[in-house]
Amino acid sequence: MDRRTFLKTLGAGIVGLSLTPSGVMAKMADGRVEFMGVLVDTTRCIGCRSCELACAEANGLPLPDIEDDSVFEHERRTTVTQWTVVNRYETEKGEVFVKKQCMHCCQPACVAACPVKAMQKRPYGPVTWDLNCIGCKTCIFSCVYDIPHLEIEKPAPKIQKCIFCWERLKEGKLPACVEACPQEALIFGTRRELLEEARTRIYEHPDRYVHHIYGEREIGGTCWLYLSSVPFDQIGFRTDLESTALPEHTTGFLYAVPFILVLWPAILLGMYNTTKREEE
Amino acid sequence: MQAAATREIRNLKDLVAFIRSELKPKGKILTPFNVITAPILAIGLGLIVYRFIFGLGTVVHEVPGFPWGIWIGFNIMSGVAFAGGAYVLTFVVYILRSEKYHPIIRPTVLNGFLAYLFYAGVIVVDCGRWWNITNPILGNKFGVNAVLFLIAWHFLLYMLTELVEFSPAIAEWLGLKKVRRILNSMTIGAVIFGITLSTLHQSGLGALIMMGKPNIHPLWWTEYIPVLFFVSSIFAGLSMVIFEGSISLRVFGRQMTEEYRREYPDIVVGLAKTCAAVMFVYLFLKALVLIHGRHWDLLNTPMGYWYLTEVVGLVLIPCLMFAKGVRSRNLTIIRVAALLTMAGIIINRCNYVFIAYKWYVPLSERYIPTLAETWIAFTVVLAHIWTFRWIVNRMPVYREVPEWAKEEEEEKIIRKEVAQWKASRM
Ligand code: SF4
Ligand code: SF4
Repeated sequence: MDRRTFLKTLGAGIVGLSLTPSGVMAKMADGRVEFMGVLVDTTRCIGCRSCELACAEANGLPLPDIEDDSVFEHERRTTVTQWTVVNRYETEKGEVFVKKQCMHCCQPACVAACPVKAMQKRPYGPVTWDLNCIGCKTCIFSCVYDIPHLEIEKPAPKIQKCIFCWERLKEGKLPACVEACPQEALIFGTRRELLEEARTRIYEHPDRYVHHIYGEREIGGTCWLYLSSVPFDQIGFRTDLESTALPEHTTGFLYAVPFILVLWPAILLGMYNTTKREEE
Repeated sequence: MQAAATREIRNLKDLVAFIRSELKPKGKILTPFNVITAPILAIGLGLIVYRFIFGLGTVVHEVPGFPWGIWIGFNIMSGVAFAGGAYVLTFVVYILRSEKYHPIIRPTVLNGFLAYLFYAGVIVVDCGRWWNITNPILGNKFGVNAVLFLIAWHFLLYMLTELVEFSPAIAEWLGLKKVRRILNSMTIGAVIFGITLSTLHQSGLGALIMMGKPNIHPLWWTEYIPVLFFVSSIFAGLSMVIFEGSISLRVFGRQMTEEYRREYPDIVVGLAKTCAAVMFVYLFLKALVLIHGRHWDLLNTPMGYWYLTEVVGLVLIPCLMFAKGVRSRNLTIIRVAALLTMAGIIINRCNYVFIAYKWYVPLSERYIPTLAETWIAFTVVLAHIWTFRWIVNRMPVYREVPEWAKEEEEEKIIRKEVAQWKASRM
């Protein structure tokens, strides 16, 4: 591991973290699997868009022209051909660049919504998409970060979104964007250690950061975490999100289903028999 | 017509010949309704084929962040609510045994069945990867904890139960006596299963959107969305029954018996009474949710006015109109109330799907249906109406059941009475 790679990853202390055949994944001593994540330190980002280019190269998407600064004039969304975009925001502390992609929620709404498990939360954290998808778009409807997109212009559309370079991780490589970042604005590691690192940075530089790690609690937490020098609503984040994971909103209904399925027919049959007897 | 219904069918050849003769159009072809709707239908079907070959993008615009439009909000969510009349009436007639509503049970079940058939069909049009559509049923990976997975199963099973409920009419049409007897004996089982499934998927459609909590305006989002969807499907369905009945009275009036025409006003008044009562319950729930949610301040915003339009203008007012119509036995007021109620349901469902959904997005970036999309939405409604008419003109839906089927019913009653008489002598 050279120094560069080392700086981009945390977690040398974890048993079983390896950059070799089994992939860049962490297993704790007791065998439990941990979520991997990325910490985005927006104070370090210079808006060079190397991550955008690397993402497109790694995932076979059309290559963006990263010399062209005019893209910063408008806030951009991710699209079917751009899984990650860097936006520029005018804030109270001047220009801030923010990379945007799927947050890889810890309890993703898109996964809970999918009727065929085409959206999947992989054991180490990435949220990926599969070809058995029916294209119902419930995942899009349920995501609060506007991330999955369906290629509606194509007769055989796919859902396109950042997949946390799932295949690269399995091969023991870093996510392409993390590898490409010249500023160490992105670091890869277990979510637990990234949170520690983020807290350390806030502690060591209390004036440099707002004291909030975005993604620590939002809708149940996300694998991608953000640090910022300005309040998050100034750099395009939703700050109205509760800490309840979104799938929890449907558990009540789902628990009720088997009860209704058993109780309702019994009650109806009872009523039917009562009215029958009355009639006779 | 009567001749066709009483004709015996003995073998397959007869059956084929009979169905062939029935496939021919009945009645006048060049009616104003046909002249206007046929071209709409034809173009719409063309658009649907076009969409399947060249992709969704040819008929809908890509609006980032708004995955669902009128096909989901209007056709599916509202269409399924309107189909709720079937489970409500089967409950009243078969479980509570209110004979009063028996005459309208067949058209209502038929209408419900067709609604599911066509509006579930819209799901296929809306799904980007429609060739995989059987995956939730036959696939190898089931999202068993996904609400949509449940809904897919319930739709399928419910369509089957409604088909069973309606099937005696098909057997009567084809003159299949034995088959009719078997199908008839399955009705009550189908009814119980059907009501259970309806309870679950009417509320399930509400549960489907619950995960979008941060995306849905706080005046609309509540953890009681499934309950609200279920309760509103009752009066949505009954309003549809009133609406459909008053149109059918004009169109199929000649097929109806004197008795039916005499009883019809009573039936409508009874339905309106139920509507008013259920809408009152619904409003009560809405009020509870509002108080509980403490979003008073939001009422005085543009979205708040829109909310009040829906709840006051299209629930409270029709609720009062129903009550008034019942008291004065005024069918016109009741019909207008039914129309308003239906408009309210459409707006309510569309609110959840794309109007109160991401309400913070400015108008220029919002979803607005395209012409082709709207065209397809109405094409499906027309296809539903055409099929309904085709069946009503052939099978005993409004008209009387054939003599042999009546005899059979009477025999059944006599058999029951004989058994009772015997039992009482023991
Ligand atoms: S950000 Fe959206 S797409 Fe990504 S995991 Fe969360 S819900 Fe799914
Ligand atoms: S569009 Fe595909 S991935 Fe998304 S919820 Fe539907 S089936 Fe699952």
